[in-house]
Amino acid sequence: MSDASEAVGPRGGSEGAAEPSAAEPNTAATAGAAEPAQPADAADSAGAAVGGDQESRRARVVLVDDHRMFRTGVQAEIGRTAITGVEVVGEAADVDQAVTVITTTRPEVVLLDVHLPGGGGVEVLRRCAPLMSDAERPVRFLALSVSDAAEDVIGVIRGGARGYVTKTITGTDLVDSIFRVQDGDAVFSPRLAGFVLDAFASTDAPPVDEDLDRLTQREREVLRLIARGYAYKEIAKQLFISVKTVESHVSAVLRKLQLSNRHELTRWATARRLV
Amino acid sequence: MPEAAAVSIEDERPLRKLYRSGDGRWLGGVARGLAGHLGLPVVWVRLIFVGLSMADGMGALLYAAFWFFVPLGVGGVDAQRPPSAVTTETAPDGRRRLVARKPDKGQLVALLAMVVVAMVFVGNVDLGSSTKAYLFPTLLVAAGVALVWRQADNARRARWMAVGRRRRTLTIARAGAGVLLVGAGVSGIVVLQGSTSHLSSVLQAALAVLVGVALLAGPYLVRMMQDLSEERLMRIRAQERAEVAAHVHDSVLHTLTLIQRNAENASEVRRLARAQERDLRQWLYKPEGTGKDEADEPDTLAEAVRRNAAEVEDKHGVPIEVVVVGDCPLDDRLTAQMQAAREAMVNAAKYGGDGGAVQVFAEVEGETVFVSVRDRGPGFDLDSVPDDRMGVRESIIGRMQRNGGTARLRAVPGGGTEVELEMERTATT
Repeated sequence: MSDASEAVGPRGGSEGAAEPSAAEPNTAATAGAAEPAQPADAADSAGAAVGGDQESRRARVVLVDDHRMFRTGVQAEIGRTAITGVEVVGEAADVDQAVTVITTTRPEVVLLDVHLPGGGGVEVLRRCAPLMSDAERPVRFLALSVSDAAEDVIGVIRGGARGYVTKTITGTDLVDSIFRVQDGDAVFSPRLAGFVLDAFASTDAPPVDEDLDRLTQREREVLRLIARGYAYKEIAKQLFISVKTVESHVSAVLRKLQLSNRHELTRWATARRLV
Repeated sequence: MPEAAAVSIEDERPLRKLYRSGDGRWLGGVARGLAGHLGLPVVWVRLIFVGLSMADGMGALLYAAFWFFVPLGVGGVDAQRPPSAVTTETAPDGRRRLVARKPDKGQLVALLAMVVVAMVFVGNVDLGSSTKAYLFPTLLVAAGVALVWRQADNARRARWMAVGRRRRTLTIARAGAGVLLVGAGVSGIVVLQGSTSHLSSVLQAALAVLVGVALLAGPYLVRMMQDLSEERLMRIRAQERAEVAAHVHDSVLHTLTLIQRNAENASEVRRLARAQERDLRQWLYKPEGTGKDEADEPDTLAEAVRRNAAEVEDKHGVPIEVVVVGDCPLDDRLTAQMQAAREAMVNAAKYGGDGGAVQVFAEVEGETVFVSVRDRGPGFDLDSVPDDRMGVRESIIGRMQRNGGTARLRAVPGGGTEVELEMERTATT
């Protein structure tokens, strides 16, 4: 099966040089679920940056997802409060339920699925807007999705979510993202960073609002590194700035993304831009 | 003379149907269609029609009848012309439209012949002054009708050629011109009949009737049109859905079966799941207008990057996350860059796959195309690679340099290796 993909075409490359013809099932080379990509980094970019270690942190979380299996899985991965510091205080499977549960439990972070019966994650965000802007105890949203559609992703961010991660994220990274969102920072997955770069691409159209419709050079650099798979801490090292500064750049991008009136963003459903 | 070599609309035709030919026609495509159907040269058919027209206009009547009743299709003679004679081009505004063809010589000759014959006919045959006087208005009417009918044909043809809507103004202008011609012809006849005095009142009455009919039937017609187009849209959607569903269900079932049989082999299960996920995503989030098959060579950068990543992922069982910003058509240099990138992905998967997913990022910015491949493996030192291992040195760095680009390998602060490939695109004129 894998022999067949040994394409001898114009793009054949020269990979045949010194490798086994079939990928031997090598259990050591497993990636993903079991082993977080960057355990050390995840822990201290969240912990060290906010001046406290992860053990003492607590976050009250509501899960909103219409797939019971997924909720159960997430619950199993992050819900062991003693270890992760995350306490799942409620679950919901559709928009109405979600609004009710969020209003009654007042969690700090909501994990929100983009596709939900009853109007989708965007509808939940719309109806929970007052809670988001609450000065005392704001409810913050982190979008989770399997979707790759740019309009979905940009849609929930513009709706007020403070981040977007795919459901393939590891438990450790998810906990890290939850605390980050709890602190009011933004969480960008590489894919989201790519979408944002695409959306803010330099076009001929004059910006409506110079402050909101353009990314600064620095912000662009940070986004590029996120898209290249760098963690915040690595970005900080790479650009010789502090992690806090990286976070503030990302938050600034998030703000622009939510407030910009550029029509490329509002009517985002463009195909890929051919340069 | 070959049989109708053109493809028919349906996949299978139980019996050969007569279609008018939309391609290379001069008037209604009747002659071409008939010629194709009967296996005769077009010229003969046209001549026969012209000849019959001598017989009290029999040919013209026949032609009109055929035009009216025979549907327009892909039939007729396979002319010695490339099938791309009618092509669609993408207008700057992104809409596709029919490109006007230059009429071929045969058509011009036929037209001239018709005119000459008509002249000779009118000049030589004594029609009697009264009939003669009616000739011109009748011709006008005929021209007007022909114009409108061709318009209708175009609308129909546009539908089965899946060409976007033509500019409305042109359509309306043509229809208007046809109506005017017919109106002028009819008025001419009325005038000739000597009822000039009543002309204005007759015209008014006719107009009143027309307006009345429009008022009565208009809303109904509009609604019917709307329903029709809506229904067509629904049908297309349903078809698309069915197609996707059929494809997806089948391959998902396969994958699930394989996963059950390989339940003990974690890496194989993961690989199968990844491949299926990718497949599904491609179906769900496929950018519009790229209904490409698996077998097609990618022709834009984004496609090429994704394709390479997918193949390497399948082969080495290491997940590769791809993010592409911007896009551009592939050229020779970029193809070389893609090969280097693929090599980098293979290395990352082989030597750095233990650390988690490989992250691939490609960006098109103006004339520069940047690709980075990053893993979180144990790192990698170029100098420690023995000289006989040509992988990195030759197929990544060498290849990039030969094609005028640059390649950089470096250890990332957070661990792992990153390959950065930069290439200037061939200047597009």
